[in-house]
Amino acid sequence: MRFLGFLLRRIVGIAAVMIGVSVITFAISHIIPADPVAAALGDHATDAQIAQFRAEYHLDRPLPEQYFIYATGILHGDLGKSIRTRRSVADDLADSFPATLELSFAALLISIVLGVPAGVWSAVSRGRLPDYVVRVLSLAGGSLPVFWLGLIVIGLFYYQLGWFPGGGRLDTFVPPPPTRTGLYVLDSIFAGNLEALRSSLVHLVLPAITLGYFSTALVARMTRSSMLDVLGQDYMRTARAKGLREPVIVLRHALRNALIPTITIIGLTFGSLLSGAVLTETIFSWPGLGRYATASAVSLDFPAVLGVTLLAAVVYPVANLVVDVAYYWLDPRIQHG
Amino acid sequence: MGKRTPILREPLNVVALALITAFAVCAVLAPLLAPYDPLAQTLSSRLEPPSATHWLGTDSLGRDIASRILYGARISLIVGVVVVALAGVFGTFVGLIAGYAGGLADEALMRFTEVFLAFPPLILAMAIAGALGPSLTNAIIAIAAVTWAVYARLARGQLLSLRRREYVEAARSIGASPGRILGRHLLPNAIAPLLVQASFDMGAAIIAAAGLSFIGFGAQPPTPEWGVMISEGRNFISTQPWLSLFPGLAILFAVGAFNVLGDGLRDVFDPRLRRAG
Repeated sequence: MRFLGFLLRRIVGIAAVMIGVSVITFAISHIIPADPVAAALGDHATDAQIAQFRAEYHLDRPLPEQYFIYATGILHGDLGKSIRTRRSVADDLADSFPATLELSFAALLISIVLGVPAGVWSAVSRGRLPDYVVRVLSLAGGSLPVFWLGLIVIGLFYYQLGWFPGGGRLDTFVPPPPTRTGLYVLDSIFAGNLEALRSSLVHLVLPAITLGYFSTALVARMTRSSMLDVLGQDYMRTARAKGLREPVIVLRHALRNALIPTITIIGLTFGSLLSGAVLTETIFSWPGLGRYATASAVSLDFPAVLGVTLLAAVVYPVANLVVDVAYYWLDPRIQHG
Repeated sequence: MGKRTPILREPLNVVALALITAFAVCAVLAPLLAPYDPLAQTLSSRLEPPSATHWLGTDSLGRDIASRILYGARISLIVGVVVVALAGVFGTFVGLIAGYAGGLADEALMRFTEVFLAFPPLILAMAIAGALGPSLTNAIIAIAAVTWAVYARLARGQLLSLRRREYVEAARSIGASPGRILGRHLLPNAIAPLLVQASFDMGAAIIAAAGLSFIGFGAQPPTPEWGVMISEGRNFISTQPWLSLFPGLAILFAVGAFNVLGDGLRDVFDPRLRRAG
């Protein structure tokens, strides 16, 4: 019961934040010096064309009414029509979001698979070479511009070594698998299409490493510091005194407890992956939300920019909610009262 | 030991402070240090690899990359300082007001702050910079707009923990005004975590501004800004990688130094965290 109450409160909280988010994005895109009409129609549009355009996008109405139209639309799943693509923004987002999701999941997977062991290794060899290596690498991860890393990675692994493709989601001559999730890796597995699976996996490698380096560094740092914390606890000494072997102590006793703060970081990271995805997708011609956002912002396509911002702002609190729920099950000491 | 750990005891912190000093010196003295005019095009010596005449090579218009990086330090330092000043002052102000006022004002201000924390920073900054029009000034405004909320939350948290301290009660009982209590008693004691955050945000602002410039929403060519330089080198990554390599390294070292400094400051202010490193 208490869990349901907690969940309900959090969902109401998210809804409140979403109202605020929609007001702010709306304000940004409407109280702006830039003129979307001129951007969409060019300098040679006739007065009639301009009037029709303004009516079509409700730009001729007072601002509060425009917001009301927009907010009512959102509740019906209607995010307006993109000025640039001339399609429904919701459709555009539905098309590009899976690509971003696939990339973000791959990056997240990398950060867990590499970050957690690196953090553990660093903690158990504190003050020795492996510790320094991991710390320097994770420091670099927090200080690298992701777009620069992407370029360097393409220069090295695509142009110089030719190991991986430098952009896109599939080879030119490989048709995409039938859409079920929009995630090419999963869809190829469902379709039993090995060629598409191979192609989508190799195309994921470089962008996922680029996007995932930052979060890997964060996860490694967090795991290291919480492992050090746990390794200094009394029950660790007890475990040693009982004569347990070191790997058992580290993995069974220490890591389990140290993982809790790491899970928080992983949740928080998921939100930041979306920001990173904007730049990563631009570099790797990855047809996701980030590239859509950039193209829309360049052409002052405000319904599209609004849609992306709104969707991105939902992902973050929802990811946090998932983390809190995971917490709730993992750590019985936590009381969300 | 009992005493505060001096920040200079850790060798990495010394390196970071040296880098930040070097970065500031380059920024201030760029006109004296730069061997060439950062905008001067010498088409006869375009795309030259690093050499004695051009330490870091030249770009596709024959401009000296080392000189452009030195001038770029100036832009990045200004971006960092202005963003942190704008966001820090505004955010701290909101946080202090919320924490001090309490009640409905606190609730309203904190919900407002939370909304800003929900946005992925770069996407919101891009929307703002796109709306205002692409320029370095607008990029700075956009980055400050996505940065301030953290300070509001930190300042409020500090204030709530300090509000009931005896010295605050004492000041109140002798009739000190709210402004005086906030400014003279609460803020100086709440400043430590804000300074730590400021150090991290110097780095974050430099990266964000470079990122916005890279995709065209920040500084515009031919400005010698590091993100613009990486973008200009993009098409030459397979043949003349130094065009993008060196400005990226400049960002890496500048941001890394501020991050290490942030870690160091946190250790000094909060010795409990030292063990975790």
